[in-house]
Amino acid sequence: MDSDHGVKGKCGAEASRRPEAGALLDLEMLRQKRSPELWRSLEDLAETPEFEDMLHREFPRHASEWPEGVSRRGFLQLASASLALAGLTGCTKQPIEKIVPYVKKPEEIIPGRPLFYATALTHEGYATGVLAESHMGRPTKLEGNPDHPASLGATDIFTQAAVLTLYDPARSQAVTQAGRPSTWEAFVAVLNAALSAQEALGGAGIRLLTGMVASPTLAAQILEARTRFPNLKWHRWDAAGRHQGRAAAQSAFGRPVEVRYDLAKADVVLSIESDALTQGPGSVRYQRDLAAKRRVRAGQPQEMSRLYCVESLATNTSTIADHRLQIPPAEVEGFVLALAQTLQVVPGAPSVPAATGAWLQAVAGDLQAAAGRSLVVAGEVLSPAAQVLVHGINQHLGNLGTTVLVTEPVEAEPVDQVASLRELVEDLKAGRVEILLTLGVNPVYTAPADLDFTAALGKAHLRIHHGLYEDETSGHCHWHVPAAHELESWSDARAFDGTVSLIQPLIEPLFDGHSAHELLALVAKSPVTAGYDVVRAHWQKQLSGDFEAQWREALLAGLLPGTGLAPAALPVDAAAVQQAAGTLAAAKPAGDGVTLCFRPDPTIWDGSLASNVWLQELPKPISKLTWDNAVIVAPATAVKLGLGQQERIELEAGGRKLAAAVWIMPGVAADTAILHLGYGRTRSGERSDGRGFNAYALRTSQALWTVSGAAIRKAGGDLYPFACTQNHHALRASDTSEPLEASREAMGPRKILRTGSVIEYRKDPTFLQDKHHKEGEAPSMYPPHEYKGHAWGMAIDLGACTGCSSCVVACQAENNIPVVGPEQVRRGREMHWLRIDRYYAGEVDNPTLHNQPVPCMQCENAPCEVVCPVAATTHSDEGLNDMSYNRCVGTRYCANNCPYKVRRFNFFRFSERESPLYRMLYNPDVTVRMRGVMEKCTYCVQRIEQAKIDAKVEEHAITPDRLKTACQQACPTQAIAFGDLNDEQWDVTRWKSDPLNYSLLEELNTRPRTTYLAKLRNPNEALGDLATGGKEEHGHS
Amino acid sequence: MATLDDFGPVEKPYKPPVVAPGHTPATVTDKISAVVLERTPKWWYAAFGVSFFLLMILMMAVTKLFLEGVGIWGINQPSGWGFDIINFVWWIGIGHAGTLISAILLLLRQEWRTSINRFAEAMTLFAVACAGMYPVLHTGRPWLAYWLLPYPNTMGLWPQFRSPLVWDVFAVSTYATVSLLFWYVGLVPDLATLRDRAKSKLAKIAYGVPAMGWRGSAHHWHNYEVAYLLLAGLSTPLVLSVHTVVSFDFAIGIIPGWHATIFPPYFVAGAIYAGFAMVLTLALPLRAVFGLQDFITQRHLQNMAKVMLATGLIVVYGYAMEFFFAWYSGNHYEAFMAVNRVLGPYKWHWLGLIICNAVVPQLLWIRKFRSSTFWLFFVSMFINVGMWLERFIIIPVSLSRDFLPSSWGMYSGTIWDWATFIGTMGLFLSLLFLFVRLLPMISVFEMRTLVPDAQKASSKEVAP
Repeated sequence: MDSDHGVKGKCGAEASRRPEAGALLDLEMLRQKRSPELWRSLEDLAETPEFEDMLHREFPRHASEWPEGVSRRGFLQLASASLALAGLTGCTKQPIEKIVPYVKKPEEIIPGRPLFYATALTHEGYATGVLAESHMGRPTKLEGNPDHPASLGATDIFTQAAVLTLYDPARSQAVTQAGRPSTWEAFVAVLNAALSAQEALGGAGIRLLTGMVASPTLAAQILEARTRFPNLKWHRWDAAGRHQGRAAAQSAFGRPVEVRYDLAKADVVLSIESDALTQGPGSVRYQRDLAAKRRVRAGQPQEMSRLYCVESLATNTSTIADHRLQIPPAEVEGFVLALAQTLQVVPGAPSVPAATGAWLQAVAGDLQAAAGRSLVVAGEVLSPAAQVLVHGINQHLGNLGTTVLVTEPVEAEPVDQVASLRELVEDLKAGRVEILLTLGVNPVYTAPADLDFTAALGKAHLRIHHGLYEDETSGHCHWHVPAAHELESWSDARAFDGTVSLIQPLIEPLFDGHSAHELLALVAKSPVTAGYDVVRAHWQKQLSGDFEAQWREALLAGLLPGTGLAPAALPVDAAAVQQAAGTLAAAKPAGDGVTLCFRPDPTIWDGSLASNVWLQELPKPISKLTWDNAVIVAPATAVKLGLGQQERIELEAGGRKLAAAVWIMPGVAADTAILHLGYGRTRSGERSDGRGFNAYALRTSQALWTVSGAAIRKAGGDLYPFACTQNHHALRASDTSEPLEASREAMGPRKILRTGSVIEYRKDPTFLQDKHHKEGEAPSMYPPHEYKGHAWGMAIDLGACTGCSSCVVACQAENNIPVVGPEQVRRGREMHWLRIDRYYAGEVDNPTLHNQPVPCMQCENAPCEVVCPVAATTHSDEGLNDMSYNRCVGTRYCANNCPYKVRRFNFFRFSERESPLYRMLYNPDVTVRMRGVMEKCTYCVQRIEQAKIDAKVEEHAITPDRLKTACQQACPTQAIAFGDLNDEQWDVTRWKSDPLNYSLLEELNTRPRTTYLAKLRNPNEALGDLATGGKEEHGHS
Repeated sequence: MATLDDFGPVEKPYKPPVVAPGHTPATVTDKISAVVLERTPKWWYAAFGVSFFLLMILMMAVTKLFLEGVGIWGINQPSGWGFDIINFVWWIGIGHAGTLISAILLLLRQEWRTSINRFAEAMTLFAVACAGMYPVLHTGRPWLAYWLLPYPNTMGLWPQFRSPLVWDVFAVSTYATVSLLFWYVGLVPDLATLRDRAKSKLAKIAYGVPAMGWRGSAHHWHNYEVAYLLLAGLSTPLVLSVHTVVSFDFAIGIIPGWHATIFPPYFVAGAIYAGFAMVLTLALPLRAVFGLQDFITQRHLQNMAKVMLATGLIVVYGYAMEFFFAWYSGNHYEAFMAVNRVLGPYKWHWLGLIICNAVVPQLLWIRKFRSSTFWLFFVSMFINVGMWLERFIIIPVSLSRDFLPSSWGMYSGTIWDWATFIGTMGLFLSLLFLFVRLLPMISVFEMRTLVPDAQKASSKEVAP
């Protein structure tokens, strides 16, 4: 059966003398046979019919499904050929490809050196400019584009993690029809036929469902499609979009507008139920500007902006706030009205609870005093009326045009998305929809429960789903077309300020992906169909002058300069404000029961990122949960409802029920429960399916974010196994909880997280220094090591850290850090080299929160180095605490002896377990660690070495702009400074001599190279004892 | 004797004899060698079978460990060590009684040691064998564990000599080597006895080869005595050094609960404490089963109980000093550690430790308990558990809550931790049962030297 050209050529001659063997092996025959050099099994050796049959089945299927009339000889020829092919190529028939080495090397490519391309990525439709790092054609890491207004060089977690989505093995890999693999050509034929049939009706039966579109090219294509089909309807639905914000802006300004902030001009900021400053469009930029206004350094003006937060759930923003007020959602709405009344934006006497009253007066006074330089930020979850009122307040304070910028909308044709989706459902139900094209959205999973989208969807005659994943919606569609990732396709999008950002591919689509542009080109029957041509053709029409030069320039920069939207001088409609005040005044107070709040998940957003394992394993800021959402309640609420940590509950809201589990956590208002969106998926991928609880099952179009009168009932059963990375044990509702105990320890006697007020700082800048233990004063028998060359060091500004976790994902991407999964996280084995510790201070019912990023301290007297029996961790002559992974035998003694617990151990084959696709993502400059090896932060030593090589080749000193650690580069607030302590040009050298600089656990005399700048707060003296700053932090409650 | 009587009756504390009355050298030899040379009793098969089954659990646990990695255990961040090092220290500690009995008591001419030294030495060897596995098993890449040995290599690298784990390698390997030599040298005359008494050819060869041509000549005896004494001298510092070095694994570390200067004496005392408890745990049943009450007499039991009581008190003193220094040092981390042990999440473990190691052994003050085999067994079992709990408190509990509260965690063993632990018990028991079956568990020739004394003692007791 083997032919002469098979790998097993030697047994080929035996083919014709095959015995008539039955199922049993003939041992004697086996012995007599000339043994082939390689054989797979005894059956193979015996060449039994069963084996042949198996071969035919396993390899090219046509071999055994040959049509009638094939001779025995022909059959055998085919069988032998198939085996030969199988032996040559493994399992699949590879296309013929000619491999030619670079005869003429492309100019830019130096093997081993990455190339960076300016492109952009979108989140919620808005673009963020990035520089994508490409190693020999493989994108491996994304950095912020320093020239892009939404980034300024930093990124958020979504941008950092996007590159993992590119290689996600769960992405759909082929066009499917009813779940069976098909081809793009077949799909195009079906679509074209259906579209042609609609031409006569003007496309009355065609519906397009997308998320918010901020891509000028896509918007133009939709317009083009409408010229072909004038009756085509375009619907939009973003599950976690800014629905109420859009409605409020519409009614406040009388037309759709985009509202953005300029925090560089804001001296007093009040953030109401909002995480807009640290999450969502523009947040990277906002954080940069906010932190810059709050940075106090020795020898510079000691002015800080002041940040107030009123909220029912702790946010990243409030972790750096000067004052935080935690009240239930209904009271927050009341607070907005009272604030408007206090500021005399609307008439009426403010009525708020006594505890809130003093706060209100102080905030109002501060805002008033800083009129024109103040800013009130309303969160999307506030009711439209309250948001209108906030617009009114900002106008009243003269902030419009200074800190609040109102521009033309960034998105194309803004609509009320809830109404838009409802209209689509009605059309579907009425049978008016022939062709439904859903682009990049997953309405079966995310549509409000009351719309019953899934049932309606079935009425459309041709349902087409286009997306990165086969998801819940594709399961209900006739066709699924895999989308090309943004790193695989051409596109464009506007940033939060309107700047047009160009998206260019770094790699050919890994799978059979097609971009939305290609799909819409089909719908519009456009002559231009390729993504590149579509985008280019669009801008060729838009740009005047020398297009080629501009286009080239734009692609290099990643954006079209000067396309930002200019602020318009639009007044707030006074009548709308008064009406909003009336609405709020008439609002019923929250009744009995629990107020249930929905929020986009901090890491996987609306669920569309569920399959991204970096985001799944990233500890959610504040709660530090991974891989799951939870019904989060405050300890007081838990006591009231008799709930214990991780207990199973039944959650009932608006007549709908959901089985869930509870997570008790300080930082949530009383009688309030938080449930994040995005979990409880059923078709998102193997690793994320079935995790957590589906909030959409309770979410209705009337109550997108807040449902009052929800009920929580104990459901019994086992405890839900949440995977939390910090203090996840023994949080009993009834007694003092471990997170609080831990925080008291950290902020009290251990002085791990130091914080105080700028008022005290002005009196004595060294007031947070530990006067008893001065670093370097501990006696030593040896003179200190002298660092003649470089001496690397890092400083982290705690006052600037919002806990956004961008650094954590950046570190993971840069350093090939494996993902371990929820079971391992639960066992305390997460691998992040950089973690963000969260501590609580103050009252359990109204805590303030603090973040502390902890990478390796690179101690000068490193406890880990002394105890390693094989010298796998040693000190470099540049002060780094190096790891030699090859030498590590894995005794874990170093991790035990590390007082900062920053070492991470490969308990299993974490790296090898990953999908082979992820190997394309690996940074080739960083060793992939095997099982049994210890690993830890190295200050991105690969970047240091590269910078040193470059400096040597180019004969210059290493400059700060040429060397940044991954965490430093990603940080939106520039809270991390890194550099050579022997060189004055680096920021870090100044930070180290700042009076706020301190070492963690300095009394241990480990002399860390990573130090912290204590966190300063700028309290309002009108708020009484809070003005004394530090004291209240030293734990009571 | 008569002169003593002249002074009237003298109140001397009752000292039971080391060999029961009525024995002659021949009866001693008969009785002890019979255990080895007679037919294998049925119960032995059952007992060895159970031990061997447990040993197979070890094989399974180790196979799984090598295939998958140390992640099968309960260790985590922050507790990088758990059952692996607890069991290592526990087994090493158990081994200490053997060396103490053989070497120090020999040098101190405590002749009562004779009937238990062979047995205790064997126990030491087997315990060290169990202990010695853990440092290899516990590494993430056990196939590279030999990198801890100083040997010339192409990498041009020595071990990192500042690490206590390297000291452990020296301390434990020296200890194992010297203990083995000591045990073997002590066995040579008895192997010759067995060779001479064996009936089957196979047994004659099997015993004859390791007996190395021992004929019992004066020259032989002279060499033997010199060698034995020298080895005793060599072993004596080892009793102190091994557990001192093991305690350095912790004392060198900076973790509160580890970083304490009291550790070396406290660990050595603890080791002897644990060792004697284990000797009793094993000796009491074997004594009953083989009818060796004549050789392991009340005297032995009483003495061992007294040693346990003394070392136990040192251990309790160690506990007290840990708390004292936690307070007296004014170090917040130490104070927190102390409070956390008593009131933290592992408070029941701590309470168990105090009951097992500090409270129950106080029964030994009373002679009634000291002389009751049941109560001795009862107390020694408590000590075995208590010493294990002590290492549990020191190792994972200290690690679980150290400096940064953000990194606090919890530790508990998994089924594979227990399988490995129980498996090493299987290894220990299997070796032990093979030992009692194949070799004289009591030193025959040394017992013979005690017979004259025993006769003297018995004549004294018979006298009015």
